[in-house]
Amino acid sequence: MGLRNDRERYGAVSVLLHWLVALAVFGLFGLGLWMTGLTYYDPWYTRAPWLHKGIGVTLLAVVILRLAWRLVSPPPPPPATHAPWERRGAALAHGLLYLLLLTVMATGYLISTADGRPLEVFGLFTIPALVTGIERQEDVAGSVHLVLASTVVGLATLHALAALKHHFIDADRTLLRMLGR
Amino acid sequence: MRLTILTPLLAALATAAPAQAEDYVIDTAHAFVQFRIQHLGYSWLHGRFNTFEGGFSYDENDPAAARVEVTIDTASIDTNHAERDKHLRSGDFLAVDAHPEARFVSTAYSENGDGSAELEGNLTLHGVTRPVTLEVTAIGAGPDPWGGYRRGFHGTTTLTLADFGIDYDLGPAAREVELELSVEGIRQ
Repeated sequence: MGLRNDRERYGAVSVLLHWLVALAVFGLFGLGLWMTGLTYYDPWYTRAPWLHKGIGVTLLAVVILRLAWRLVSPPPPPPATHAPWERRGAALAHGLLYLLLLTVMATGYLISTADGRPLEVFGLFTIPALVTGIERQEDVAGSVHLVLASTVVGLATLHALAALKHHFIDADRTLLRMLGR
Repeated sequence: MRLTILTPLLAALATAAPAQAEDYVIDTAHAFVQFRIQHLGYSWLHGRFNTFEGGFSYDENDPAAARVEVTIDTASIDTNHAERDKHLRSGDFLAVDAHPEARFVSTAYSENGDGSAELEGNLTLHGVTRPVTLEVTAIGAGPDPWGGYRRGFHGTTTLTLADFGIDYDLGPAAREVELELSVEGIRQ
């Protein structure tokens, strides 16, 4: 497996970035649901949101890197065995996943920065608040954050089921390609 | 959110109060609904409700007839921390979607003769109505520089959150919250 994508295979960079995003998305979703239900005296009450924000910003960097890498090294075209409706559906799902991910991360940022406080990233640096003062900004951003994050996870699950369908039912190379084979 | 109690309040004051009673509308530019609660027993956390309205009637010749009504937009809570305010509006605390308003309606007022007074009334918070007593200080009254007449009071009371069905555990030092009303009314 080379670093770059070619006409047949995904390269190491795309494979690594894909699975990093998958891990972060499902991890952040679980962490987010769990941390918002913690009791006040839980040792994770302040630590979990701190982690959630840091990982979230890291994910944003990885997603931006992924989109940039698509320009540097475009992904291989879909396998020839994919039906036209599968190609259209897959392209739509991939585009939606990127769009939703970026929106979820933006709304998360809008919660934490609603009062003008900067967003802290692992204690290493902060991202300044740029948008403040929207009426009940933290509540609106929070509701959208939850709904869209749930949509991302639902869509990503569908995306995974489609890959498994290609692997086990169609017995094609769709899933194997994203494992670098 | 628009609050709409003012018209019925004034109508009620107009019909029920004695003729010489003076009706005041709270000037929200010079009124504050604030609270403080202990954080872990180590410091005081201050907050306020930014949106509220109300009025009172007060007759110097018959102070016992004084009446007060204040309605608070619970979603306007502001503790100078957006993430905390979001949590305070949620079902763990104020549940502002289910209970968008808190209200205080007085039932009795008795002056102690030294500028202080006790104001009894019913406070509705989190959908629970309970009697509370505010320790009131009359601050002052008189003409303002712009042709109006103003009167102001300061009142405090202590609430036990669990009494109002707010039972999220903030620790033993944070079971009570001190509520502070600082109001100035413009005579109508």
